[in-house]
This record gives sequence, structure tokens and C-alpha cells, in this order.
Amino acid sequence: MDESGFRAAVAAGTLASEAQHRALLQSIVDVARAIFGAKASSIFLLDEDTEELVFEAVSGEGEGDLIGMRMPASAGVAGWVVMTKQPLAIDDLANDPRHARNVAEQTGYVPNAIMAVPLLYEERALGVLSVLDPPEGTTFGIAEMDVLALFAAQAAIALDLLQRARRAHALLTDEESAASAVARVAAALDGRDDDAGRRLLAALEDVLRKD
Amino acid sequence: MSSLVPAWSLPAAAVDDISLAPPWPERPTREWVFGSSTGKGARVCILDSGVDGTHPLVEPLDSAVAVELGDDGEVAIVPDELGDVVGHGTACAGIVRALAPECSLHSVRVLGQGATGSGDLILAGLRHAVEQGFDVVNLSLSTTKKKFAETLHDLADGAYFRRCVLVAAAHNMPVESYPWRFSSVISVGSHEESDPFVWYANPDPPVEFFARGIDVDVAWSGGTTLRCTGNSFAAPHIAGLCALALAKHPELTAAQVKSLLYLTASNSKGA
Repeated sequence: MDESGFRAAVAAGTLASEAQHRALLQSIVDVARAIFGAKASSIFLLDEDTEELVFEAVSGEGEGDLIGMRMPASAGVAGWVVMTKQPLAIDDLANDPRHARNVAEQTGYVPNAIMAVPLLYEERALGVLSVLDPPEGTTFGIAEMDVLALFAAQAAIALDLLQRARRAHALLTDEESAASAVARVAAALDGRDDDAGRRLLAALEDVLRKD
Repeated sequence: MSSLVPAWSLPAAAVDDISLAPPWPERPTREWVFGSSTGKGARVCILDSGVDGTHPLVEPLDSAVAVELGDDGEVAIVPDELGDVVGHGTACAGIVRALAPECSLHSVRVLGQGATGSGDLILAGLRHAVEQGFDVVNLSLSTTKKKFAETLHDLADGAYFRRCVLVAAAHNMPVESYPWRFSSVISVGSHEESDPFVWYANPDPPVEFFARGIDVDVAWSGGTTLRCTGNSFAAPHIAGLCALALAKHPELTAAQVKSLLYLTASNSKGA
């Protein structure tokens, strides 16, 4: 990682914790569910290494059980969305027995309708925001898609922050990494009440500058 | 004589050599553009997740290839043995088939191998489709990667001059994505009506047309149908109309097809 990437990672890592980012994602799906009067809302993170979609936040049906669950990124409605990068809504899902069985096996809940938008941030597709089952007698239409797309911009930023924080955390907790060594030195110096540590750092900086 | 003379200028003596097709009527109507056309003779390519050629709402499928990324990182175009790995391409193909029942349908699979790295596959697939000389290519997909934009733009411009009409689903999200933003493609968003022959020209691009994209019964896996909403399903409606027009008037250029869609749109006096 270059210096600016390292700095960004450390900065993001120190700004907020995993729990806070999770709370932000949770609040987004909670509000999305409330706005659409839906049975559930979820945020999936695209894991590029394993080509899987991972449940990161769930509101409503499945809340509490699904976090961390993975599915192939090329499968299902969320897979369509992350691949085509196009928003999508589907009714009558439960009428497709194969879909219903697959979904039920994975999540235990078979939706009748789903609306999903890709989470796009800068040039990357980070995941998918979905809303399941609007109130009886209503369907997901253009206006709902537009609102969910607006929400997706917020969710994408939150997801990007979460990923940055995780990368920073991984870097800082890896005993072998230079960042972790610097963190240990910084922590040790922080505890001293004389200014020897500060002089040491200044000397080190001076040496590096002369290089 | 034209083969020796570059096409950048027109000598007076050559004027007779560039006669155009018979003139359009003063006010082209839908009847003139595609009345009685079944799409027969027009070749439509679905650049997507593959197409299930056995689906009753789609068949027959005249050719299918897959664009795949080899272990060496090289892109290869191979015969497609899998059909539709996701279902999205079949949905788009069924919409084109419904509008242009006798058109020739072809599939170029660029999605489904993985959720990432699809930009290279889309580029290779589109290049292949243009080289194959398809009359219409449906692109219900996009890429957000800027590094692909320039090449994609060149490909789209090349297609435009080769009478290969690219129809692309527009985005309703506040992000930059391609190729739907390019002026050499026909970009399509959704309207809320259920008639597949209702389409609107948009005076405020980059979305140029609105077509049926809400609650569309599309072909789905296992020979069934499913009710879907999204610009992914609006684009193939316009692709189907292009196939009808090009089957009846094979001489039309991409620019002319777009003009005729404008002149016969539901909010135009020619409709």
C-alpha cells in the first residue's frame, strides 16, 4: 500500500469502529424498510476475492440470523443486480418454485416481491441494497426505484467506509506489518511522560528526510 | 471507383455514385417504418448473461458464444455450452422475440462468469458483436469503470457507422456509467404504461427514449415467466422496434433509426 493509501486506511480505522459502521448500515436498512412499508430490507457486500455476496445488514425478516451469510455473486436477483449494475424489481417471485426453494434453503424466508439496486461508489460495485415485499396490494414502481436509488448512494458510502475500516484494522492487527510495528512504537511512546520519545521521532524523521 | 478515392471529399463526378435509398415519406408513420414487419431478416444480438434458447418465449436462438477470461488473463470467445447462467439475458431475448417474432436472435454471454472483472468481457463481447455485423445489439448492462469508457466509446462510434444499432439501458442512479451515456447508442429508460408499442422521445437527454419497463412479464428460467421492473427490460423493447424497422428497411443507418424512433414516438406527431 502506498503512503496515501496507508494514511487513508489508518485515518478511517481510527475514525470509527466496525460497530459504528454496522450501526450506520443497520439504520439505512431500517429506514428503507419503514419508507416502503416492506417486510425486510438488506445490504449485501460483494466479496471480490470469493465472488460472493455477504449479508451485512438486515432489517425485518431474517434480522439477526442472516448477517455474515454468503451466497454466490452470480446467483439470484442480487446477483443480477451486481452483475448488470442495473436496478431491478420483481413480482411473483414465490410463483417460481425453484427460486422459492433456493431462497428458502438459504434464508428461510421466501419473498413474493423484491426491489434491488446496486451499491456503486466511485467506479466500483460494492454490493446490493434490497427491499422485500411491499404492503398488500402495492407493487414496486418507478417512484420507489428512484427513492431506493437515492438511498443506495448513502448505503454505498457507508459500505465503503466499513471496508476501509476493515482493511485498516487488518493492517494494524497484522503483527508482521510495518503499520503494526509503527502502531506499537507509537503506543509505547504515547505512554512516556518525558519528551525523549518525541526527540527520537524527530531524529528518525530527520534521518528519513536526508534519505 | 470509390475504393481508390478516400471518402473524405466528394469530387463532382462522383455525386451520382452516392445515390441514397428511396426518400422517406414527408412524414414517416409507424405503418411506413415497420408496418407488416415481423423482424424477418434482422439479426439481433443479446449481450448479456447468455440466452436460454429452448424457452418457448425465446426460441429459436441462432447462435450463442461466451466471452471468457482464461487463466492467462486473455479473453477468449468460445461456443456457449451453458445457455443462460443467470436468467437476465433470456428475459431480454423474450422481449425482443415478442416484438419481432421472426427476427434472428443471437447471444453473446459476457456476464455470469464472475461479478467482477466484467468490463474486459463486455468490451470483447461488444467488439465481437460489432464485427459480426448484427443489426441490433441490446445492452441491458453497464460498467462504471472509467478505464473502459474510452474504448467503449470508440466501439460504440464504430458500430454507429457500421449500421449496427446499439440499444442500452439507462441508469436511474446518480453515478457515471457506460455505454448508455454515449450519443452513438440509443439509451432507454422506463415509462409506466403497459403497452409495448408506447414509447416516448425524451427532449432532455442523455436518456433518449422511454419504453415499457414496469411490470413486464419476462421469460424466466425453466420455461416460466416472471413479472419484472427495470430499465433492463425497457431497452429490449426499443431493440425489438429497431429490428422491425431494419427488417423492413435494411438500408437504414443507426442515425436514421434513431430519427425514425423520434418521429414516430408516442409524444410525436408522427405516431
